[in-house]
This record gives sequence, structure tokens and C-alpha cells, in this order.
Amino acid sequence: MVMTEPHEKYFLAKAEVTRWLDALTGRAVVFAPMRDGGGVVFRAYAPGREVILDRVPATPPKAAVFPQNEELLRYRYEKDPENPGRTELNLRETLPDRAAVVVGARPCGAKGARIFDPVYDPESGEPGMRDPYYAARRAQTLHVTVACTRAESTCFCRDVGGDPADPEGSDVLLTPVSGGFVAEAVTGRGAGLLDERFFTPAGERAAEADAAIERTRAALPEAHDYAGVPEALMAVFDDLDFWREQSAKCISCGACTYLCPTCYCFNVTDESSGLTGKRLRTWDNCMSFQFTLEGSGHNPRPTKAHRLRNRIGHKFAYYPRLHGGIIACCGCGRCIKSCPTGVDIRAIVQAAQERAVRKLAETTTEAGQ
Amino acid sequence: MSVLDEMKTAIKAALPELELVIGWERSFDEGRATPLFMRAPEDVDRLILDARCEQGLPVYLTGLRGQKVGVVVKGCDSRAVVQLAREGLIDCEKITVFGFGCTGTLSRARLEEVVALTHNPDHVAAVECTGSVASGKVRATLTPAGGAEGHVSCEALEVPFSDACFEKCLTCRHPNGVAVDRFVGPEVDATPARETAPSQEAFERVPLEERFTFWQEEMRRCVRCYACRNSCPMCVCRDHCISSSRDPHWLSQESSAGENFMFQLIHVSHLAGRCVECGECERACPVNLPLMLLRRTMAGAVRDVFGHESGVDPEAAPPLLTFKVDEDNIKEREW
Repeated sequence: MVMTEPHEKYFLAKAEVTRWLDALTGRAVVFAPMRDGGGVVFRAYAPGREVILDRVPATPPKAAVFPQNEELLRYRYEKDPENPGRTELNLRETLPDRAAVVVGARPCGAKGARIFDPVYDPESGEPGMRDPYYAARRAQTLHVTVACTRAESTCFCRDVGGDPADPEGSDVLLTPVSGGFVAEAVTGRGAGLLDERFFTPAGERAAEADAAIERTRAALPEAHDYAGVPEALMAVFDDLDFWREQSAKCISCGACTYLCPTCYCFNVTDESSGLTGKRLRTWDNCMSFQFTLEGSGHNPRPTKAHRLRNRIGHKFAYYPRLHGGIIACCGCGRCIKSCPTGVDIRAIVQAAQERAVRKLAETTTEAGQ
Repeated sequence: MSVLDEMKTAIKAALPELELVIGWERSFDEGRATPLFMRAPEDVDRLILDARCEQGLPVYLTGLRGQKVGVVVKGCDSRAVVQLAREGLIDCEKITVFGFGCTGTLSRARLEEVVALTHNPDHVAAVECTGSVASGKVRATLTPAGGAEGHVSCEALEVPFSDACFEKCLTCRHPNGVAVDRFVGPEVDATPARETAPSQEAFERVPLEERFTFWQEEMRRCVRCYACRNSCPMCVCRDHCISSSRDPHWLSQESSAGENFMFQLIHVSHLAGRCVECGECERACPVNLPLMLLRRTMAGAVRDVFGHESGVDPEAAPPLLTFKVDEDNIKEREW
């Protein structure tokens, strides 16, 4: 198979998309958005299934590197035949070993893994700080992303440092044009996916793709300035009246966190059946009461106000403070669009900014008196 | 005076006696509403009262127990208040129920299904509903295009309200509410547009032996976010739900189709004789699971066995919260 050169633009005709995906499934598990009953969600692609690339899928693309259910190990208790009162525990680690290609995430969603990396697979970290399960999946996962040619009312990628055609986190970037997509390899490994049987030089279509992206940028509202947000959130941290007001309509479900491309918290449970079982790592959700419930019965985040404060604070203050100022929110808007009660993370952060400014002014006035 | 203005006046008049009144306001775009917590008269000015007001507000009442609270209800929501009061889960004398004649509520999921036939449904930015669910129209405006193929410039399309309202609105028998304290505006015609929900009719045609396969397929995409549980006005266990208990470990944390379905069956069983079919579970589901099929089936069974309909009679004893030596329809002595 002859591969194309990196950083050139190619054209993938609509009719070739499924043939290309069929070819990819021979090399890796392909995750792509597909219709499943009443929802469009990421699923493992199989030839014959229809892939939907014209919209933001309801679920995030993160499961390829951070699955909702990750088996960490299997165990079995075995009785000593000589001494039945004695049991031995046998453990078997189950490290993932599977190449994957995520096709059809948006630039916002594809950035999710970039947020996970410093936490689970830090470049400069001690070897013991690497999460071997995450690292194994991450090393074997490529992202083929679709740039956005239309903004939704919940989109705010540019506010948080993204862009409708942001290549960060992607290996290949596809831009919709008449009759197909203009494809650009972002990484060398991405170039390896652009099989010349399906990709032809883009020619004038490259300009059409650029124009479409320009129009999307123009359609997005002016980016909100989140400079100074970590400080603002810390300034209102103890202002529980503020958080009670902001969380009044929240019903403490996990739709926002489970649909979030950048939420990476997990739970670990042993799921036993008789003498055998597996240790399972599953997505967890900081909006749940049990998330911080301690063995003693004490809960440091007893109300939804405490929990919403954590969700916002983590993305816009604690994470940026630890990881070079990067906001751990990709602006995809899933948490807003899918919230049963319309809790809007943009509005809460902006309200915190305003509150902090007012607080500062009050403190200054008091100090001056 | 419009119904909205009448409602604002009624709420402003009652507000001095109440700590807050819960209603709806415009959300982040013209097509959506979001709950509004009104504490001051100026908050009331943001109130809206139309087909966008989809959230059921009684879900907040148990969390506000002890406070004097007002709540604006659609007919379906009023049944939840009645049921909560009947079960002693809220203090009736502390709650003021504001009602109006509801002409139907817009379902984003159903609207998007219709829009998807010709356009990308994610681009619906504003909606306007006129008339009743039986004969009215919905006009949906799309966001402006960025310009690639298949995308069109800013435009609107019109669909029948009956195709884009919640299915519960088609079969609603209580559009004017039950046990409402302050009713404003004219009462609306309470004749339902249909006897049964279209999706229920389709589901009941599926042979029994194929239904398990249907649910296994559906439940694969459940993410176990528990939006269905937390949006349910009758799910009052909240932080003590058996799905989260570690000891005993009733339910695996694994989100497989089987475990997900098990959770849903536990959920619907715990709602037997309590569910008021408000549809909040199905509306809240981010992956559009058809949860009302389970709810309606259970409510139908409760009607057949106990002759009980939840939330329509403030005096009726919920069948599973009472005991009758001789049940009318369970003849265990004759078995």
C-alpha cells in the first residue's frame, strides 16, 4: 500500500468513505458515530453500517482511550485441596492490546485525550505515575477528526482556546466540501492512514474547505475572555450562596460528566461472582453524592452546590493551575445541550468572573475606608 | 391580559408569602426553556409560559421540604404534586400550585426526528408553536450555515404540532391540572387527541419473544448517567439509590446492556402505582432511550390489576402503599 506525504491536502469522495473505513477495520477497531435507536453515538464500526459524520455525536469520543468499563484484572480464589480452609488468590492483569481509529470526532472532542495525557501519561512523570491501561490505549489510538462547517447554539470552542478546524489532538483532519472531504494529515501516523486508493490530491477543493471554515469562524459569537478565571473561581470558592444559586436547577445526574470529552474521573469496583471476578474501572461522576462519600460517613461535598463548584472549578481553575494554564473544557457544549434542566457552564463561569470582580471591588473599598 | 401576564400577576401577589416560586425562563437559545427560581418580583418578569416549558418542576419539591414554595405546573406536572402529597413526601400546606390550561409541550427529540428527514437537526435554533397538539403547527428556524454541501442558509420549516409534541400531550386528559391552587387563564379542551401513544402502539405489535432483543439493543447505549432517575419527581431515594450502594453490591457498575436493563427494570418496578407518566425520564435521557414504553406498560398493568391511576385523585390510596385482604382482581384463594 502506497501512502501519501504528510501535510498535503487530499480529497476523499463521499462514496469512498465506507470503502476506506472497511479497509481500516482490517488494521484496527474503528470507532465512529452511528445511529443507534434514537441516538447518534460512537460504536465499533463493522462493514455495512452507516456512519454519520454530519453532526456532533451525543456521546464523546473518549471511550477509545478511556472506556466506560475497563477490566483491570481478573481474579480467582482457589481452595487448597490439602487444606480446604486455605484459599489462594490468583490474579491476572488484563492490559489492553488493540489498535483503534476514532473517526468522526469534532476538533473539540478530539482534544479530550490531550487533557487526559498529563494526568494519566505524563511525559516528565515518574514511571510509577503512568497509568499502563491508559498509556497502552493512547499509544495505539489515532483520531480522524471532522472540522465544523456550522456552529450550534451550544458551541464555544474558541472561548476555551479551540477552533472549528483545530488540528490539536487529531492525526487526520477532514473538512466537509462538495461531494466529500478535504483531508489533511496532521501527524506522520495520520499520513499512514491516507491510503491512495481512496485519497486523491485535493486541488481547488482545498480552497473551498478553507472558505467553509472561515465562514464557520465568522458565524461563531465573539470569543469570551476567560483570562483570570482560575483566580476568579478561587475568589468565590467559599461563597456558598453563589454556588447554591448557580446549582439551584441542577438535578445532580451525570449526563454532563459522562458526555464530557474531558472528564476523566473513575471508580474501581470488584465485580465478583462466586469464587471468580474482575476488578473494573468505570467512569465516575463528581455530581454524585457517593463520589466523595468517605468510609466514616463524612462527605466533604454534601450538597449539589459543593459538587457543581467542583466540576466547574476542576475544569477552569484546578486543572489549569496544575497543567500550564490549559482549560480542561473543550467547548463542545454537550453538557449544556444534554442537561435535562439547561445548566449552562458558560453562564456559571461568567457569573463567577463578575462575582469575583464585585468581591474585589468591595474588599478594596473596605480596605480604603 | 395574556395568560402569561395573569400568571406573573398571580405569582407577584403570592411571592411575599412564599420563599420562592419555581417557573421557567428562556434558556441559552430561543428554542429552549430552563427552570427559573423566582425570589424577587423582578425575577418574575423573566417568566415564560409556552410550549418550550418542558421541564417538570415538581422534581425540586422534595429537596425544598420545609420551605414555603410555589410551583408552576403543566397538567402532567400537577399529577406529580398530587402523588407526592398523597405519599406524604411533601407538605401540602407549604406548597402553592400555580396552573394554567396547557396546550402541549414541544419535544426536542421528536422535532429533531422530523427535521432530520431533510436537515441536520442539531441546527434548530428557535421554535414557535401555535394552536393545539391536535391541529397546531411548529415553526423551527435553523442556525445560519457555514457553507458546505448539504447545509442551507438560515431558513425555517413547519411541521404539525402532533409530530413534534411529547407523546404524553397527545393522550393527555388533564391539561388543566389536578388540585391546582391558583389557576390562571381559560381552561382548555381536555379531550385527548389520541387514545394511546403512537410509539406504544408500535411497541405492542412487537411479538413478546422479540421484545427482549429490542431492549438489549436499546440498552447498549445507556451511559448510566441516571438522568432518568434524577429527573423523576417520584424517585425520592436520591443519594440512597440501590444502584450506588457498595454494600450490599446490588448492581454491578459495569454498563453492559444487561446491567443497564436491570437498573431500568428496578426503576420502573419501584414506580409501580406511583409513576404519573410525566415523561421526564425519557426527556432527560441524553441518548433518547424509549423509557416511556416501560412506564406506560407498568401504568397499564396497575390500572388493570388495581384500577388505580396515579396522581389524579388526592384521596386515592396508592395500591402498593396499602394492604387489602381481598384484592378485586387478584383471586389468590381461587388459584
